[in-house]
Amino acid sequence: MSVVIAKERVDEMKSSRRVLKTLEYTPTKVQKGYTDKTLYINLTDNQVEFKDIPAVVKEKFIGGKGYGLWHLWKGVNADTKWNDPENEIVISPGPIAGITQYPGAGKSLVVSISPITGTVIDSNVGGHFGPLMKFSGFDALEIQGKAEKDVVVFIDGNKGTISIEEAPVETVDSHILAEELTEMYADDEEDKRHISVVSSGQAAEHSYIGLLNFSFYDKRKKAQRLKQAGRGGIGTVFRDKKIKALIVKYKGVKGDSNAPVDVEKIKQVGMKLHKEVHDFDDEQCQMRQVGTANLFETMSDYDLLPVNNFQYGSHKDAAKTGGRAALKKVLQQDEPDGCWFGCSMSCAKSATAYELQTGPYKGQKVVVDGPEYETIAGVGSNCGIFDIDYVLECNFYCDTYGVDTISFGTLTAFAMECFERGVIDKEVTQGLELTFGNKEAAMELLHQMARGDGFGVIAGKGVREMRKLFVREYGADENLLLDIGMESKGLEYSQYVSKESLAQQGGYALTNKGPQHDEAWLIFMDMVNNQIPSFDDKAEALHYFPMFRTWFGLQGLCKLPWNDVEPISNRSVEGPEAAKVPEHVQNYVDLYNAVTGNNIDKQEMILQSERVYNFQKVFNIRLGVVGIEGDRAPYRSMGPVTKEEFLSREDRYDKQMKENIGIDPEGKSLEEKMKITRDFRESQFAQLRDTVYKRRGWTVEGIPKVEHLQNIGMDLPEVLEVVQPYFK
Amino acid sequence: MIQMNGRDHDWYEGMTIQSLITDLNYTYPILLIRVNGTFIEKENYGNTRVQKGDDVKIIHPIAGG
Ligand code: SF4
Repeated sequence: MSVVIAKERVDEMKSSRRVLKTLEYTPTKVQKGYTDKTLYINLTDNQVEFKDIPAVVKEKFIGGKGYGLWHLWKGVNADTKWNDPENEIVISPGPIAGITQYPGAGKSLVVSISPITGTVIDSNVGGHFGPLMKFSGFDALEIQGKAEKDVVVFIDGNKGTISIEEAPVETVDSHILAEELTEMYADDEEDKRHISVVSSGQAAEHSYIGLLNFSFYDKRKKAQRLKQAGRGGIGTVFRDKKIKALIVKYKGVKGDSNAPVDVEKIKQVGMKLHKEVHDFDDEQCQMRQVGTANLFETMSDYDLLPVNNFQYGSHKDAAKTGGRAALKKVLQQDEPDGCWFGCSMSCAKSATAYELQTGPYKGQKVVVDGPEYETIAGVGSNCGIFDIDYVLECNFYCDTYGVDTISFGTLTAFAMECFERGVIDKEVTQGLELTFGNKEAAMELLHQMARGDGFGVIAGKGVREMRKLFVREYGADENLLLDIGMESKGLEYSQYVSKESLAQQGGYALTNKGPQHDEAWLIFMDMVNNQIPSFDDKAEALHYFPMFRTWFGLQGLCKLPWNDVEPISNRSVEGPEAAKVPEHVQNYVDLYNAVTGNNIDKQEMILQSERVYNFQKVFNIRLGVVGIEGDRAPYRSMGPVTKEEFLSREDRYDKQMKENIGIDPEGKSLEEKMKITRDFRESQFAQLRDTVYKRRGWTVEGIPKVEHLQNIGMDLPEVLEVVQPYFK
Repeated sequence: MIQMNGRDHDWYEGMTIQSLITDLNYTYPILLIRVNGTFIEKENYGNTRVQKGDDVKIIHPIAGG
């Protein structure tokens, strides 16, 4: 059910506005997927500038995340912190974003310095903002500075106006704010679909895990739907800059708005994929019925579902609470749901008319976007909670309060384990009984984050900060907390148990932004299919997949249509090549060429990504994330930390000790077996790390070699300046 | 013994592809299966016998996040 905004409310908002800046401009027409323009806004002095994007930047950074990283690099210095005025939020959709003939082509990439990691973060998000912004004349929006009071930025791509206005009375929470602003800026009901809003929420103001909601108007539900740029706290940066919302309005999206060179080719490739989705989705992933949540039951069956802070990998109640049948009952089934035009994969599911049970909106019936797999696993099983209504409630509040469900789930699970192990008590949690499975306590923790009170403020700083506090103030065993605190680079782990997949341990830790699986998800390829048995095989996968997946972020594409539907041709592809889905990779090459008029092949595609990936790596080094310590992984991501964990899978560990380590477990004490297992697994991880660094062209300390940077064409002087001191 | 995705796996008399899938608790809805390089269609899982020494590949084309 949508939130209805009364005319009086709109009048109140309008009358309280104070215009700080308005500017007229002539929107640059998109050509071959690009406008070659950046809209720069500095909120400290309300400066608005239109910057040309140089040809060399276009060639080396492509767009999307590449543009975000390049703008951010120029805007900050080696000492910039997340809440310094010079930190930026850059939003860029990429050249392919905005086509409507191929599924998954409406994404925006958001880049900033993260409060939770202290280094660069990027997040890929749906909703209509990015494409509408491009059609309004901009390949990127670069926001720097800090406003004194809450502001909104409004881009009208038809009239050619930009305004910055103080907005004191608008609601902060996204599910209301998106509706308020839509009501305010739309001429009539029909006009609402031309509007997209970027916003965050109250909890982003009091935590480091704030997210951004990107809206798209769902005309059937008559509601603004919300998609999330979730990871790394960009919503926290957004609210720290006192931005309430960014709004874009553009009417006139057509099949050729992206002005591609060869629209017929795009249609042809698109038709092929639409047919595959139509023919195979019901028997394959059922993305159209349950979205990414289809994975929940499977993960439990294969012992990969995080339960109780990643201690265990399965639970008897998984199917009952997050199984496909259970999900179909709560998710709306009768309408296709795409987060950009033309996405037949339509995984953007929602539960409608969910009646809230807690918090400031208790009793209201709302639309809950999702839940995605990560949310059910994160706020559900990983916290020992197997209750789909709780998941919906928590999902809704995380979104509207503007916090990342993945980080919220992992940090709550960590706090729960600390509570259960006596590391913290009710005095520390200020009365919250944070035991696994206590959904009331978990919900209250989230409401506290939004209000900025209680233990919610402590927990909202994330696992890393909690760990430091518990050690410093409450005498906690630091080694234990390092082992069970599921973060790397400060970012909370996403929701897969990687203990039995060495490659995925690398896929989490040997990453640029931290343990989000969007660089590489290799669990089945490695653990079950055994397609990458050697260190070299794993390293090759940890080269190829992060590079390939980076490419989605350069182009403004969704990853899901790549491999969440399997074409017939993949049956005849053997070995690890099958995981690449070669036919679909060729689709992307064809799409890029058909949009831009360039002529790349699969190798050049990887090279485009490799340049940006290495640039991001060097950016991390510039900001102080250097060496193997920067890629540290908690032991729980590699193996069993506690006796209970070991004993729960003792047969497996004993068998592995005999077959893989060559030591007979017979007669060994539990402590001895745990130590042997740990030593072996940690040495395997170290060997993997060395092999991956080498494959990526980096030193054993993880520094990209000058020669490698030259070979891939990322030898810009400012890049070399950062790495050269390591070679003296 | 058979080779199951390149690893040793116990074999027993009467083993079929279907029984192997059940034993391994492979519940994922799509599996791409080859026995000694020959692709096995889903409708034949129950009647495809696995012989001692066979090289069985059961690939999960699962994409994940
Ligand atoms: S597959 Fe899902 S997330 Fe991706 S573009 Fe389509 S609807 Fe959006």
